[in-house]
Amino acid sequence: MVIGVSGIQGDFREHKTMLEKMGIKTMVVRTPEELDKVDGLIIPGGESTTMIRIMKMVNLYDALKAKIETGFPVFGTCAGMILLSNEVTNFKQDSLKAINIKIERNAYGRQVESFETDIEIKGFNSKFRAIFIRAPKVVSYDENIEILATFENSPVLLKQDNILVASFHPELTNDTRVHEYFLNMVKQQ
Amino acid sequence: MSERGTWLVKEGFAEMFKGGVIMDVTTAEQAKIAEEAGAVAVMALERVPADIRKAGGVARMASISKIKEIMDAVSIPVMAKVRIGHIAEARILETLGVDFIDESEVLTPADDKYHINKWDFKVPFVCGARNLGEALRRIAEGAAMIRTKGEAGTGNVIEAVKHMRTVMDEIRKVQNMPDEELVTYSKEIGAPVNLVAEVKKLGRLPVVNFAAGGVATPADAALMMMLGADGVFVGSGIFKSKDPAKMAKAIVMAVTYWNDPEMLLKISEDIGQPMEGLEIEQLEVHMQERGW
Repeated sequence: MVIGVSGIQGDFREHKTMLEKMGIKTMVVRTPEELDKVDGLIIPGGESTTMIRIMKMVNLYDALKAKIETGFPVFGTCAGMILLSNEVTNFKQDSLKAINIKIERNAYGRQVESFETDIEIKGFNSKFRAIFIRAPKVVSYDENIEILATFENSPVLLKQDNILVASFHPELTNDTRVHEYFLNMVKQQ
Repeated sequence: MSERGTWLVKEGFAEMFKGGVIMDVTTAEQAKIAEEAGAVAVMALERVPADIRKAGGVARMASISKIKEIMDAVSIPVMAKVRIGHIAEARILETLGVDFIDESEVLTPADDKYHINKWDFKVPFVCGARNLGEALRRIAEGAAMIRTKGEAGTGNVIEAVKHMRTVMDEIRKVQNMPDEELVTYSKEIGAPVNLVAEVKKLGRLPVVNFAAGGVATPADAALMMMLGADGVFVGSGIFKSKDPAKMAKAIVMAVTYWNDPEMLLKISEDIGQPMEGLEIEQLEVHMQERGW
């Protein structure tokens, strides 16, 4: 099993380091050819506008979208969540339209409002330290979507079939549980 | 319990910029061009370094109305510069809500001895450095991100290369150093020993390190990535070129595909005339020498 981490831009190093600590083989993905060599893909935090623009320029956008539709497992954190969402409500920007959620970007405020906090995640036996950085908020979602965690009544960790999204950054902590959850999704494919 | 302004929140934010380009802008219109080109953040300035160099006089924090205008124009993070040691300018920008503060040698220093104690702030800071000692002193003061200084406003990449090579060289040296040499080496470079030990453990700086000062073409940007930068700052290089929108896009692409020569070739074609460059020997002011 090889897990790809999108290396277009963002904190891909942190995801890669975490997976490697867990003994998982990883590969940085920047082209459609590289995408074909991995069993699942993580889209990290960073700037969603930058990521989507470059993905389109190198045809990674179409290749990834088509793959997700066939059941390919993907996990998006923060900007990655924005990219996978159906629609961004407060800015004019494109997305992969893979998971039926609507997103408000930077909904918790600018960087001085960024924060860390403890949240409860379904199936985890203790709290998880979640780091929210200029984080996106889910403002609406389809009924068939599984809500794994909420913060102040907004879902912050969600799953729809082969797609997992988080508005926080598990890769910035040493807690591997969310990544383990995603790896199980990949194994089940 | 929720906490703001923690080290993880500040340093983690800088990690999000990796593999990206941060562009100097002086108007809302330029900020939009930068965002459209794929910049990961913009740096709000009154004048780009090339113009500061030409005009002389005291260069200060940009006007609040200018920064506000830029913050309103784009959805990407907005950074702004304060003079070295100018605690009040920094408080004003933090209260305004800028996303990152650059305590920068490009502006005229306000204090000839001390930098800002950045631990005191909720907003994260980026600071310039020319070598490992300078970088670790800035981190000890609370900087969540480092940029190698280069020589701003020259369009001449040689100083940026020199500084990045120096930092990376010294990191490699520390990595190969037995533990008993760390204390003496820390004293030599004027850096806290705990941070030197951390560099040895990590094999890199404890925070994100971008290259700055003199990047003017996609090839320059790729070069800095090849030398080990996590991303680049581009100032005068974009808005002093013939076709800023085109140049900005090309530099963004070059920072992602720096390791792919065929892509770099494609990216470097048809980018228009880059900014005019300056010889370092002919400069009256060396901005890189500011900072203590």
